[in-house]
Amino acid sequence: MGFFEMTKTALKTVLSRPVTILYPYQPAKKTSLTRGHVVQDGSKCISCSICVKKCPSQAILLNKEAKTWQIDRFRCVVCNSCVDTCPTRCLSMDTQYTAPASVQGVEVFTITYVKPPKPEKKEETKE
Amino acid sequence: MTKQIIVPFGPQHPVLPEPIHLDLVLEDERVVDAIPSIGYIHRGFEKLVEKREFTEYVYIAERTCGICSFIHGATYCQGIEQIMNIEVPERADYLRTIWSEYSRLHSHLLWLGCFADSFGFENLFMAAWRIRERILDVFEQTTGGRVIQGSCKIGGVRRDIANDKLTGMSRDLDSIQKEIEELTTVFLNDDTVRHRTRNIGVLSRDDAYHLGAVGPTARGSGVAIDLRKTGYGAYDRLNVPVITDSCGDCYSRCYVRCKELFTSIDLIQQAITEIPDGPIDVKVTGSPNGEYFMRAEQPRGELVHYLKGNGTKFLVRSRIRTPTLTNIPPLVKMLQGCELADVPVIVLSIDPCISCTER
Amino acid sequence: MKQEQSIIPIDVGQLIGSVEQCRNEGYRLAQIGCTKVGDNSFEVNYSFDKDYVLRNLRITVTAETEVPSITGMYWGAFVYENEMHDLFGIQVKGINIDFKGTFIQTAIKYPFGVTVTKGEKP
Repeated sequence: MGFFEMTKTALKTVLSRPVTILYPYQPAKKTSLTRGHVVQDGSKCISCSICVKKCPSQAILLNKEAKTWQIDRFRCVVCNSCVDTCPTRCLSMDTQYTAPASVQGVEVFTITYVKPPKPEKKEETKE
Repeated sequence: MTKQIIVPFGPQHPVLPEPIHLDLVLEDERVVDAIPSIGYIHRGFEKLVEKREFTEYVYIAERTCGICSFIHGATYCQGIEQIMNIEVPERADYLRTIWSEYSRLHSHLLWLGCFADSFGFENLFMAAWRIRERILDVFEQTTGGRVIQGSCKIGGVRRDIANDKLTGMSRDLDSIQKEIEELTTVFLNDDTVRHRTRNIGVLSRDDAYHLGAVGPTARGSGVAIDLRKTGYGAYDRLNVPVITDSCGDCYSRCYVRCKELFTSIDLIQQAITEIPDGPIDVKVTGSPNGEYFMRAEQPRGELVHYLKGNGTKFLVRSRIRTPTLTNIPPLVKMLQGCELADVPVIVLSIDPCISCTER
Repeated sequence: MKQEQSIIPIDVGQLIGSVEQCRNEGYRLAQIGCTKVGDNSFEVNYSFDKDYVLRNLRITVTAETEVPSITGMYWGAFVYENEMHDLFGIQVKGINIDFKGTFIQTAIKYPFGVTVTKGEKP
């Protein structure tokens, strides 16, 4: 049976600074691995559409004719699946969380990748 | 004979984090019967397996629950690996175990906070969640996600933890352990807490066993079921003590969870000292053909993933039986004969995770 | 490490007897799960656990078959049997707490009993 078991914890709380962050007025905690949102580098995308197939929430759409790559941020569950499977590493994960929005819409990226002429061996694309 | 009245409890109730509805049949202040009903957030995850490839379904399996997500993902992966006879590298096994135990720490601390809140001890609630935040930080540093880790895949894990990071985590755990010690002293010794939990919602050992109680609910009644003893993952190489208590009341269930926090910390420390170097994944080819009941121990109890494949990329069936679903009948038994004012404490004492239950 | 488990196919008529035997041997009910195996054909797995060994009794039924309830032996089975009825449309006779289709309310009646074409994208 105990009384005043909480006193130590309570006193410590009074004397220490708050542990909470006033997000979004203060930036959220981030680490180098934090999954924030997917960004696409249009200059490396070869329109292979592997990311479209591998997306579990079907947030990505690729239009080969219009050369656009679009993502629905509301559908995207930031699972990192597309980033892992992208053969040219044109997708990457930014650590910044997606800003809140009130209207659902898609974010469109343009693919500017130009297929290099045949004889030249394409140089290794690395991050 | 006193007049019976029915008081609805939930689906919206200050103490419930998630919607469950109970019709409480009262005689005066005493509950004589309770009829549970769920179905407010059924999402049909099990059906989704027919539309997603089995490799993608990991992400969906993981999203079954927001608290023990890692264990859901890992259990699904282990089930598929058993069907396809994939031998996972040892390091991956250990990493899965480490993350699973972190999930358990996170879930139990969350529960302790909610439980404190259920009997109105707000300050304790915040103290518990403050420690939980440190666990979530570890998750974010090692997997990139605070709640949904997404670090498990079929054939291994997606991310490695560097050895010096593991040493850092081990050191960090020592300080977390001190904080948890302080916290659990309050839960286990404080008079206020005892008053609200002792001899409340008593579940006898027989009832617990035959009604299918699992996890801390069963162990609080003296039924020593802990699926970690089956030795999945790296648990066969670690020393897993099963914590039980014999009283079967809310205090016992709280006691079991408090002590399990230390078990988890100990297991992580064991795993960190024993983890071997090596690859973290193997390449998976082909599709699963066969069926398997994969069982794992979640923070709330035994989790069953029944997986059936027919040799195509799409599974035929994934049945997820979560611990809360099977803990509902024991809850009904506990509620019979209690006071109306104790209902929130009793409902919380089984650690209800309704989103899990409804998948 | 493989977890020990066995699957015993039985007839619907043997169900009550087999479950009673499990109960007498001290098994606990782990789960009841249903799988759609063909048009109007379902497999129902009754899983029992004792000392971490899983014993599955499997019956194969159609939506018209009346499955007897096992809530007489295992009181807590009502959650699974109601779920089975609500999601798959299997008729279960004599549940102790019969919600009559209101345990899980869905927009589509018996959603797990209908076929969905595989691989379709929205």
